[in-house]
Amino acid sequence: MSGGLAEAARRATDAALSAGATEAEAWAEESTSRQVRVYDGDVESLSDAGGRGVGVRAFVGARSGYSYGTDLSDGGVVEVAEAARRAAEVADEDEYGGLPDDSGTAAVSDLASPELAGWSTERKVELALAVERAARAREGVTQVENAVYSDAEGSVALTNSRGFAAGYSATQAWAYASAFAGEGAELMTGLGVGLGRDPAALDPEAIGGEAAERALALVGARQPQSRRCPVVLDAFVAASFIGFIGAMLSAEAVQRGRSLFAGREGEHVADPALAVADDGTDPEGPASAPFDGEGSPTRRTALLEDGRLLTFLFDARTARRAGRASTGSATRRSYRSPPSVGTTNLIVEPGADDLDGLVRIAGDGLYVTDVAGLHAGVNPVSGTFSVGASGRLIENGELAAPVRELTIASDLVSMLKAVRAVGSEARWVPFGGSVKAPPLLVAEMAVSGS
Amino acid sequence: MTLVDPALAARVLERALVRGGELAELYAEARQGFSLSLDDHRVERPQGGRERGACVRVVQGESTYYGYIDGLEEEDLLRVADSVAQGLRGEERRPASLAAPTPANGHPVLSRPEAIEAVRKADLLRSCEERARAAGAEVSQARLGYVESRRSVEVYNSDGRAASDDRTRVRLSAQVVARRNGRVETGTDTRGGHAGWELLETDPEEVAERAARRALTQLDAVDAPTGRLPVVVGNGFGGVLLHEAVGHGLEADAIQKRASVYAGKLGERLAPGFVTAYDDGSRPGDWGSDGIDDEGTPTRRTTVIEEGRLSSYLYDLLRARRDGVESTGNGRRESFRHVPVPRMTNTFFAPGEATADELIAGIERGLYAVSFGGGQVEPATGDFVFGVSEGYLIEGGRVSAPVRGATLVGNGLEALGAIDGIAGDLEIASGYCGKAGQSVAAGVGQPHVRIRELTVGGTAS
Repeated sequence: MSGGLAEAARRATDAALSAGATEAEAWAEESTSRQVRVYDGDVESLSDAGGRGVGVRAFVGARSGYSYGTDLSDGGVVEVAEAARRAAEVADEDEYGGLPDDSGTAAVSDLASPELAGWSTERKVELALAVERAARAREGVTQVENAVYSDAEGSVALTNSRGFAAGYSATQAWAYASAFAGEGAELMTGLGVGLGRDPAALDPEAIGGEAAERALALVGARQPQSRRCPVVLDAFVAASFIGFIGAMLSAEAVQRGRSLFAGREGEHVADPALAVADDGTDPEGPASAPFDGEGSPTRRTALLEDGRLLTFLFDARTARRAGRASTGSATRRSYRSPPSVGTTNLIVEPGADDLDGLVRIAGDGLYVTDVAGLHAGVNPVSGTFSVGASGRLIENGELAAPVRELTIASDLVSMLKAVRAVGSEARWVPFGGSVKAPPLLVAEMAVSGS
Repeated sequence: MTLVDPALAARVLERALVRGGELAELYAEARQGFSLSLDDHRVERPQGGRERGACVRVVQGESTYYGYIDGLEEEDLLRVADSVAQGLRGEERRPASLAAPTPANGHPVLSRPEAIEAVRKADLLRSCEERARAAGAEVSQARLGYVESRRSVEVYNSDGRAASDDRTRVRLSAQVVARRNGRVETGTDTRGGHAGWELLETDPEEVAERAARRALTQLDAVDAPTGRLPVVVGNGFGGVLLHEAVGHGLEADAIQKRASVYAGKLGERLAPGFVTAYDDGSRPGDWGSDGIDDEGTPTRRTTVIEEGRLSSYLYDLLRARRDGVESTGNGRRESFRHVPVPRMTNTFFAPGEATADELIAGIERGLYAVSFGGGQVEPATGDFVFGVSEGYLIEGGRVSAPVRGATLVGNGLEALGAIDGIAGDLEIASGYCGKAGQSVAAGVGQPHVRIRELTVGGTAS
């Protein structure tokens, strides 16, 4: 971590106090990133980015305000601090607000890979091209819409007026491809993705191959008949649902009456087969860090175990309101936003059966490989949902004909309780949060087609 | 005063072109914003920010090389230009000379939002909350949001283009929750525009009241029907369907990658002759309007469907050059941290002759979809799924009970072809559109539109 960043954060904190804040906190950040997008065997775009900025949270008694800026000079930092202090005047008093009482850092190693710096742009381009070639190589693939390699290296420094000062650096590399199979109105798409701390952790053959296979598996898909049946959610789809459930375990959502899990701590809300934890310290986790967005140490928090909901996720404010301790769940997207309660890495404990096994147990039903409009299709308060999906039929314990233009409907609690088996092959899914999930078998859902 | 002096811009473009490139561009931006919310009876999260930054882009053949940076210092800009040039392998090119940027025809801002005291914005949210709660005893929560932004942008390119724009937007949003015996329903509404504080001077509390009425109405909702039904789509936010299921498929990047079901269909009849649709980034004061797009092309009205026939795609400079046409002024980006891609501005069906009541009167049993919670479309096929956030049964030619949990499942081409009525009540609503990791202000809208038949995925068994 660069000393300049820590220094900028310290100056910003001091400036907020000088401007009349009673407590203050500053998050300074610096990053570089690289992205290669290839199409049809050529570089479509190549980018190089640099970001830096500081965000200041200022408290004036029980009121708080936030401001951010890109100017890390002495004058720039003072301007941001004063703006945060002024913003605080507009807010109503919040008796639970304030900096965390239990700041600190967790021991988290290997967030930054030294390997990344050794990769030339040419090698990164070659990796993206290899992903595209792998997708194209599969017979039946008509087009690879894009193949993308990205990486980022970032450092943050967090300082507050109670004496907390710490920082860390992290690297991330990922690649994905989107392949098409079939033509015209029968065109099907498939996504392949891989991630790690550096490009050496990415397998272009696997990423491109996955995109191709997911698209090819859907060619010739038809609308199925409506019925109720067992449903196997593949890892991507399972991760989407688990991410959605994780968001509803935020104490913020609970305290504001926006979670169907409100008041259910300690209750049986899921089948015992399903165990889920939030872990901000997992060395592989894209969201791992030694401390959260306001300086509480990260940790592993078991959420669902033996079918019971063990706890919600708390930041300092929601913890104070509930008379609990922070779970290190104050997340930040960047210096441009103040901390808010969220998940770090959600991890579903793998089970005993591989995908074939889950399909065999399902017997007759549906294997879902894609859901559309999850966020629009789920009522976050009641948990009822009806979302568009595609995938394959399951007949006599085996995958059968592809299907599309269908919806699957249930409600989240019924779904959690209906989980019959958890797959053995868990994988990281980076979209819509950071989730590591295996496929899941749900005993029954309403499938609506023709 | 310019953000980047034309002489410095010229040096940046020269440096970006030292190893060749057909087009070099410098996009500079200063952004400032303020937002505030009311939740849990409390005015909270007052926050502001100021950012300055730039994006340098060089286009060579089918390839784009770009870089962006927080900051507008000379050394920042030159460093980005050098780094971008590193990706190329050709002969040095000289950019055309640059004049001072020409300010775009702006949209009128009568009352600068940043000049309004923050406490008045807080009071606005309080009075909105009061109005929402007054709508009914079953209103249990009201969440209000206010956001203002100002973006000063400058675009210089190696063809000698030098343009600037000054964009101000304000938006008020309301989300209201109503409860009855364990049932919980949510209603939303927004008012936003490319405009100043004046947009919120006339009865802004109406936004909160409408959200509250929607939530209260939904308390009486019955399970949604399932099956193939005639559907009347509401005006304003109902335009999300056009935006998602048709508009994205008309963006030239999807067309050129043959990733759109609309590729190769220019001139073909896709809808009945009474259907016309526009993308128009020049409509005064509308949410998705700007003076120029983010490549310096003046915004304009593009007829995308003319009397039922597909008449134009939506272009940025890059894709226009490939097709040998002019940019339609749709090269948009979220900020200096992004390269422009073809994006809609305000997209809507032209008003027709009918009234909404007439459209509904012709339906024995169907669905009235007033607004959508969002949705998703597969551009390659046009297949879409939308969650209906406010919907009603149509029975015997009349709107009857509200329904919950309905989704519309279908295909954009089929839905266009199945339009059998358009009302005259055009309204444009303010939304955010996400594409390629970028979120931009997009106006969605339409008059009431009737579709002969769509698949409704309901909750009723």
